[in-house]
Amino acid sequence: MRAKNIAYFLLREAGIGLALVVLCIIFSIFAPRFASVANLTNIFTQISINTVIAVGMTFVILLGGIDLSVGSVLALCTVVAGLVITNEALPVPLAIVCAVLSSIAVGMACGFFNGFVTERWKIHSFIVTLGMLNIARGAALQISGSRTIFSFPSAFNQFGTETLFGMPYIFIIAVVLVLAGRFVLNRTVFGRMIFAIGNNEEAVRLSGHNPSLFKIAAFTLCGVTVGLAAIMYMLRLNISSPILGVGFELNAIAAVVIGGTSMSGGKGSMVGTFLGACIIGVLNNGLLLIGMGDFTRQMVTGAIIILAVIIDTYRAKISVQVAA
Amino acid sequence: MNEAPNIFALKGITKQFPGVTALDHIDLDIRQGEVHILVGENGAGKSSLIKIICGIYALDEGEMYYQGAPYTPQTPLDAIKAGIRVVYQEFNLLPFLSVAENIFFEQLPQNAGLVDFTSLYRKTQSVLDEVGLDVSPKTKVEQLGVAQMQLIEIAKAISSASKVLILDEPTATLTPKEISRLFEIIDRLKRRGVTIIYISHRLQETFEIGDRITVLRNGRKVNTCAIEDVTVPEIVTMMVGKEMGAEYPFEASIQPGKEIFRVENLQIRSSHAPISFNLREGELLGIAGLVGSGRTEAMRAIFGADPKLSGRLFLHDREIHVASPKDAVQNGISLLTEDRKRQGLILDMPCYVNITMTDLTQVSARGLLHHRAEVSAAERLIAELSIKTPSVDKWVRFLSGGNQQKVVLAKWLFRRPTVLIFDEPTRGIDVGAKFEIYTLLWRLAAEGKGIIIVSSDLPELLGICHRIVVFSNWKIAGEVERSDFSQEKILSLAYQEYINHTPLPIREEARP
Repeated sequence: MRAKNIAYFLLREAGIGLALVVLCIIFSIFAPRFASVANLTNIFTQISINTVIAVGMTFVILLGGIDLSVGSVLALCTVVAGLVITNEALPVPLAIVCAVLSSIAVGMACGFFNGFVTERWKIHSFIVTLGMLNIARGAALQISGSRTIFSFPSAFNQFGTETLFGMPYIFIIAVVLVLAGRFVLNRTVFGRMIFAIGNNEEAVRLSGHNPSLFKIAAFTLCGVTVGLAAIMYMLRLNISSPILGVGFELNAIAAVVIGGTSMSGGKGSMVGTFLGACIIGVLNNGLLLIGMGDFTRQMVTGAIIILAVIIDTYRAKISVQVAA
Repeated sequence: MNEAPNIFALKGITKQFPGVTALDHIDLDIRQGEVHILVGENGAGKSSLIKIICGIYALDEGEMYYQGAPYTPQTPLDAIKAGIRVVYQEFNLLPFLSVAENIFFEQLPQNAGLVDFTSLYRKTQSVLDEVGLDVSPKTKVEQLGVAQMQLIEIAKAISSASKVLILDEPTATLTPKEISRLFEIIDRLKRRGVTIIYISHRLQETFEIGDRITVLRNGRKVNTCAIEDVTVPEIVTMMVGKEMGAEYPFEASIQPGKEIFRVENLQIRSSHAPISFNLREGELLGIAGLVGSGRTEAMRAIFGADPKLSGRLFLHDREIHVASPKDAVQNGISLLTEDRKRQGLILDMPCYVNITMTDLTQVSARGLLHHRAEVSAAERLIAELSIKTPSVDKWVRFLSGGNQQKVVLAKWLFRRPTVLIFDEPTRGIDVGAKFEIYTLLWRLAAEGKGIIIVSSDLPELLGICHRIVVFSNWKIAGEVERSDFSQEKILSLAYQEYINHTPLPIREEARP
């Protein structure tokens, strides 16, 4: 039984891990700077925000849904948090706390809206979150007067650059969130329901549960991770802007999919998502270091996403054989 | 009857599914231009045989000859090209297209790559006239009623020059007037030389149109005979088999106690009369009726799976309010659905996940799951129901039909309900597993639970129930106590609302 579980684990997650290791080796050979401490720290910082959003996105995709609004909602969160943190009426520590809470609250509200509308009127989340993508972007531009907000308290800005044993704090936050997400998915009733609903919603409903509640909760949770990611982005850039986060939804979805989570729901893992985010980060960084231009990099990343999905169809077949 | 040449010759057809032999060395000849009736209980192998003939299933053993030549269809298209058309029980219509487009979907008349609508509508009108359906060819299919859709399916099948027409339960949704219309069409097709294979549970009607009849039981052919040589009771005996007594356990020592559950004036559709019935402790209550008589819909409404217009439910004489399956489950009512794969199980998750799904509070604390508690609960039920699975981690997809059904049972036993509603609990599972399920039903009855069994398998209901409530056209046509059980009585109640209270047209020799 153990052996079978290990084989299954190898197929699902270790395969992606192996791909990541191979990529790192190739880049180290062709770009000596790749393996330097400074560059690795740089990669850790770069992937943190995408990782956090992808953790939330994993819940939504496991349910067979999608959230296209995360990038715009992130911009809205930064704008709201930026206005709060620069409010001179508040003492600095209180301003920071309020900014963090308001960012999370905004993300949460947007996520709840996505989930509620999707479930209440049984509309596909693709459409609902596409609407939210526009609403949140518009709201961010409106609230900020389409201006960038800066001059955050220096205590806040400084935290963004601090490290613990060489690891940037925002990366540590991302890893903690991945582990928390993994725990929730594998060990809690909520996680069990996410997998079960993604596999067969009707069977779950007829077993005496209300799947809508869990689905709304998953979208809300995704919104919370966006709110957190917004604060992390502000720590990194030291600005808030209504035009941040364009295309972030695609990176998050790519991380989840490369990580082996099925777009039709019910199958996937949090560790896979993290490895997926690492692969995207390493590719972006490594291809730049070996001298590839922006446009070519974009094409390569796109090809990798398609390749990952193709590999996943084989992986699904093999894992069925293992389970049989 | 003079012997026409065979259009089909099937020799030693065998088809295995995991855990079940669906067809076991079937030999069958179909004569050119005859109406050949195929009957058998659910799971007897009729559908599997049809699916093999029309290229949906590959056969494991055996040979087929069609018009004298070996016939090996790989896909349904091969069968269509060979002139074999099937009208299935379920509709395969495109709801948002017109009647005309649906009928001629595979062969739209074209003019320079564009659809020639003038000729399409003209051709459609003539086919519609032939089946006697009075709708415009331009009508969208979604606007039609069920019976009209059935006739569209038939129109679609006869629109092309087919040589063999297979009708799978074509009259399940038709009214007597439409049925006699259908029989006229069948007669006309027969005179045109079309061979018809006709599957039906309604034995009486098959005697009106059939030339020969083949009875299948448990994947084997029992017999083929000319229709004038047999009677309905003889066919029933062949379908059910001789060992009926042993097939169905009945424990006379377990007698129902006081009432535990009552349904009052349940109404699902405004056009139909309200439904009321009750259930007692330790009682096995059968729900009989034809497919489409509202049995399943009534049970789903009671369970809260579908909305109801009105109606009150009482559990232990206390009114309960059920608006969703969640409410029903919390009140101790469970429903084991007809379609276990789509509605009962999460196929790609382990057995233990399926079993504990009905009550995760038993195996969790403050939202955290206790893996060991889950596994031991699942292991207990797997042993109790003797579910054959290598481990609790096995995906349910890989179990046999009978064992999957037992997992469904296990998940509801885990919840410890008061009232269990079973919709077709033994459909598609083999005889051994059926017997085990009946034994389990009796054990639950002995524990004082109330059990409702919806089944199309009448001998099964007659064999195991204390009482049978008969549905007919969305009404309760009557209730029969065990002391009055007879196939004729229940069948005549089941047909009651379809034939305007006139006696069934049972042929003289068919009467006992």
